[in-house]
Amino acid sequence: MLEMQHLTKVYRTDRLETHALRDFGLSVLEGEFVAVTGPSGSGKTTFLNIAGLLEDFDGGSYRLDGVDVRGLGDDARARIRNQKIGFIFQGFNLIPDLDVADNVEVPLRYRGLDARERRRRIERALELVGLASRARHLPAQLSGGQQQRVAIARALAGEPRFLLADEPTGNLDSLMARQIMELLEEINRQGTTIVLVTHDTELAHRARREVRVVDGEVQAPPRPAPRDAALA
Amino acid sequence: MLGYYLRLAWLGLRRTPAISALMVAAIGLGIGATTTTLTVHHLMSANPIAARNAVLRAVTIDGWDPNHPWEERRPWLPPPELTWRDATAIAAAHVADRAVVMRKTAFTLEPEPGKKPFLVEARLTTREFFPMFAVPFAYGGGWDERADAAGEPVVVLSRRTNERAFGGIDSTGRHLRLDSRDYRIAGVLGEWTPTPKFYDLNNGDFDDAEDVFVPLALGQQLELTPTGNTNCWKPEVLNAVRDLYGSECIWHQLWVEVGDPGKAARFAEYLDGYVRTQQSLGRLPRRLNNQLYTPAAWLERFEVVGRDSRILLWLSVAFLSVCVLNVVGLLLSRFLGAAGATALRRALGASRGDVFRQHLVEAGLVGALAGLLGLVLGWAGLRGMRALNSSFDRLTHLDTAMVGAAIALAVLAALLAGLYPAWRVCRVQPATYLKTQ
Repeated sequence: MLEMQHLTKVYRTDRLETHALRDFGLSVLEGEFVAVTGPSGSGKTTFLNIAGLLEDFDGGSYRLDGVDVRGLGDDARARIRNQKIGFIFQGFNLIPDLDVADNVEVPLRYRGLDARERRRRIERALELVGLASRARHLPAQLSGGQQQRVAIARALAGEPRFLLADEPTGNLDSLMARQIMELLEEINRQGTTIVLVTHDTELAHRARREVRVVDGEVQAPPRPAPRDAALA
Repeated sequence: MLGYYLRLAWLGLRRTPAISALMVAAIGLGIGATTTTLTVHHLMSANPIAARNAVLRAVTIDGWDPNHPWEERRPWLPPPELTWRDATAIAAAHVADRAVVMRKTAFTLEPEPGKKPFLVEARLTTREFFPMFAVPFAYGGGWDERADAAGEPVVVLSRRTNERAFGGIDSTGRHLRLDSRDYRIAGVLGEWTPTPKFYDLNNGDFDDAEDVFVPLALGQQLELTPTGNTNCWKPEVLNAVRDLYGSECIWHQLWVEVGDPGKAARFAEYLDGYVRTQQSLGRLPRRLNNQLYTPAAWLERFEVVGRDSRILLWLSVAFLSVCVLNVVGLLLSRFLGAAGATALRRALGASRGDVFRQHLVEAGLVGALAGLLGLVLGWAGLRGMRALNSSFDRLTHLDTAMVGAAIALAVLAALLAGLYPAWRVCRVQPATYLKTQ
């Protein structure tokens, strides 16, 4: 599903070079739930941005769903993001003027789907996250946990091949965080590949595999999870 | 997607009402100023007889003072009017398809008993005036050749005069008293307000057409005083109106209709011959300088669109440009202020083109709203101009074309203002903004 080999990313200013990723390598199989952990500044966010085609890389190779993404044009990257990747952000990133249904609709608008199909997908995604009755609420009228569920519904509505989640429970209390994790686990059980970036070790342990990033490199070998056997 | 973009644009404008109001006000002011000056310019520079431009000619010959040109500033121009004898002789030659000789006078109109008499402006003319200038009739028509020749007391009323004297009914066949004489009403005009008044630009380019039209021959029979321009250069005894008829004073306008270029050339040739003959008889002492003007060239010769009007138009365009430049800054601030939402859309699959179009639609919506405001301001500006000078009455009406042009100009200005901000925001790097959301 996702294969990165010898990836490097360097941020340059006039005086300084910062190596965000060095010889970074990671493979994620279809259907996996991988947690990427590490201290602040370790390169987790850079990895996530590159994995989500939000940022380019300097060296190495990256294949996403069999496609070599190096050198792809901006429009092609936008199309892949739209069709194959679902994003869940720590800050929810909902558009405050749009109601819940309209927020979920955003990626579908750029897919060119007709109104009927968009409506069907919005209803299904909101039902999945338990917010079908809140479709016409504005984000400000929802709790933090509900807002994150809307963000998950938005990520799922496009029926992506995999989800990229950046600290999805970072802004939530422990009860809501647990509910969100249970929801992600359920989504993964239904076949969606998930890559979760977090510094919360407890959450990371709930993933099938944990990858630790330190100083821009994958440090520990993948920890096999009990359920990996079933995938093999 | 246009409907979606419009909805997003509306939400975006509501999110930042102060900036939105400033943008709409800035472009609206520019459009208001431009609409005001453009309306005046548009009406001033219109050719109200454009459909007949190819066949109509104002006829001029240089029958002026041998020692001084008609106009010092433009010495090559012959005077715009002719003597009675030249105008009527050229028309009577029947070389052109049609010809009309005319001048202005005035009457006191005495309506039915019990109503107050009032002054009316009159055009003494020949019957070809109406078909040549495509004058519409509501009732009846013009007079016949016999009335022209004999100077029969017949009259054609303007719509306004018929309204005033007869309440707007079909008054043809009835009689009207002008200067204590009865005139049979041959016809009543429909709505006819040629702006500018192309056929006689000697007195008031934007005056209304006359109130009544009567046969030219009556002017001579009744010695009706001319109220238009009468210019004389030769020392002659001029004690009464009758003396003008044999004089070298110029006081008549002559227009001809020539159906094709061949006829136009033949008429020009005839005119040269006529002037040479007169010169051989000791008249028309200046060098041969006959000019035939199409209505468009005639309007140009009279400089109907004044230099002031042109300068004012350019100033308003410059003002609009300054407004647009200000809106560039405001739009940039507005778009970059919402860069987080744009970054999110980019992350969720919007291409740069999608983002560019979305923001241009928002700029276009600002333009449309500004266009509406500009129309209100433009209308107020025109009302102000009318209050300042009543002769602008006819020039200060917004027509459908100007309303459309104002909206289109506002949208175009806003789209131009939005190009750079939309380009900037579509280059937003999603990763830069998403973490800070």
